[in-house]
Amino acid sequence: MTDDPTDDCLRRILRETKTVACIGVSMNTIRPSYFVARYLSLKGYRVVPINPGHAGKELFGQTIVGSIRDIPKDIQIDMVDIFRRSEHVLPIVEEAIAHLANLKTIWMQVGVRNSEAAELAEKHGLQVIQNRCPKIEYQRLFGELRMAGFNTGIISSKL
Amino acid sequence: MTDRPTYGFDTLQIHAGARPDPATGARQTPIYQSTAYVFRDADHAAALFNLQEVGFIYSRLTNPTVAVLQERIATLEGGVGAVCCSSGHAAQIMALFPLMGPGKNVVSSTRLYGGSVTQLSQSIKRFGWSARFVDTDDLDAVKAAVDNDTRAIFCESIANPGGYVTDIPALAEIADAAGIPLIVDNTSATPYLCRPIEMGATLVVHSTTKYLTGNGTVTGGCVVDSGQFDWSQNDKFPSMSQPEPAYHGLKFHETFGELGFTFHSIAIGLRDLGMTMNPQGAHYTLLGIETLSLRMERHIENAEIVANWLENDPRVDFVTYAGLPSSPYAERAKTLYPKGAGALFTFAVKGGYDACVKLVDSLELFSHVANLGDTRSLIIHSASTTHRQLTPEQQEAAGAAPNVVRVSIGIEDSDDIIADLDQALAKAAS
Repeated sequence: MTDDPTDDCLRRILRETKTVACIGVSMNTIRPSYFVARYLSLKGYRVVPINPGHAGKELFGQTIVGSIRDIPKDIQIDMVDIFRRSEHVLPIVEEAIAHLANLKTIWMQVGVRNSEAAELAEKHGLQVIQNRCPKIEYQRLFGELRMAGFNTGIISSKL
Repeated sequence: MTDRPTYGFDTLQIHAGARPDPATGARQTPIYQSTAYVFRDADHAAALFNLQEVGFIYSRLTNPTVAVLQERIATLEGGVGAVCCSSGHAAQIMALFPLMGPGKNVVSSTRLYGGSVTQLSQSIKRFGWSARFVDTDDLDAVKAAVDNDTRAIFCESIANPGGYVTDIPALAEIADAAGIPLIVDNTSATPYLCRPIEMGATLVVHSTTKYLTGNGTVTGGCVVDSGQFDWSQNDKFPSMSQPEPAYHGLKFHETFGELGFTFHSIAIGLRDLGMTMNPQGAHYTLLGIETLSLRMERHIENAEIVANWLENDPRVDFVTYAGLPSSPYAERAKTLYPKGAGALFTFAVKGGYDACVKLVDSLELFSHVANLGDTRSLIIHSASTTHRQLTPEQQEAAGAAPNVVRVSIGIEDSDDIIADLDQALAKAAS
């Protein structure tokens, strides 16, 4: 379950997850990380933005923190969504495993892959998604991409 | 990409994209005849305009009925997304638009529908674009024609009018090595006979007017994206890979990944070119596409019978149908198009131009029209009609010489099709 997760697996992750730490979120409104973080917050996820360059500022009603270890202990993070180059992923995953007791999923964005980090996370019982975007998967699996002519792969006679 | 059960073509041509209508439960896709859609609030409107959420804004961009057809065709072609537009010619411009710019060129097969030759050789010059035509059987010539300003290779899968079959994998390899997309017009073959994306094509364009609709009711076009092209591998496609000034600096490839081209086609292509398919048109095409495979089977069965009969008739000089064992493309057709070589071909009538004109005028069942892919058998003398704007050399290269007629074999009884040709050939020979 790394590069090719099943639709059922993705659906389960997107349904179970409540709180997402977005690593490397941008304040620039046309950057993909801003897009995704904003979208997830619009869909009801609690998004904890992480960016050392903007720590202390507000984004989507949440305070930006500088690193995973700075996340307040009362916030239980289910998923870490990584917007960093593949080569920077391993220390992020190590830090997440060390500090986030409730963590269930490591998600690496489109273009981001790190097999060493993925193995480490799986060894610690975490689910790992690589080279995907939670926004696109949410839109594909829950009907939104249906509105714009994308191949969702969903065939159903149900409403 | 998914764990979905792998459905067969016949199932997908009915179901893909068309779950019951979420608003009403209607089982057949309703015709959403509305130009605009209400926003929930200002935030929702902003998110839609910023492409942060997908939803309906205005029917020039997206429409629920058209979206069903888009997903249907994208699925049948094995692409990630599709954009429908007002005609096949619109689809060609829509496909080129994100790739091209002033001074850029497209390397194109000489074997194209005459209107496409004119569009590429003449009209696109007004955008500062140009086309270089090559015989795609000469792969070295294709390679030689590609230069630093080439932004795509363009061909038809089964070329109109000659029934020529294109070696798509070979062209895809050349395009790939040059870091540019291969665009395949799959109108004549349809995804039932040919899936260009599986052979390495990046974009597939259609005139949905033809076999996909199948009933000769409505014009339309479609651009399908494979989602497999890396637009950021070089600096040739700034509209995809760099901040796009026409959309507040958004980088389409980076932001939407494999969905980037389709988003670009909606947000910029349809928005600014406005070649939109209307929902009524999408409805007719959706009705037709449900029976695509059934019709194609009969089209091919009839085409093979009629082509064989014509080839053995002394009043006919030759038949260019890749489904005939005598065709120089028979082997290629068998490998690339195992279900059949389509139902579009030409034949040469002894007696040349005059006999062709007399033949066309004498047919009772065949309709003399500038169309193909209808349920009805159609005929046209290309040299004096669809390929009229071309020079004699261009006509020859396209397979539309003055002594040939083009037929699009319908799904009537093959005996009746042959009887009609027989009586008209008799008159043409007299």
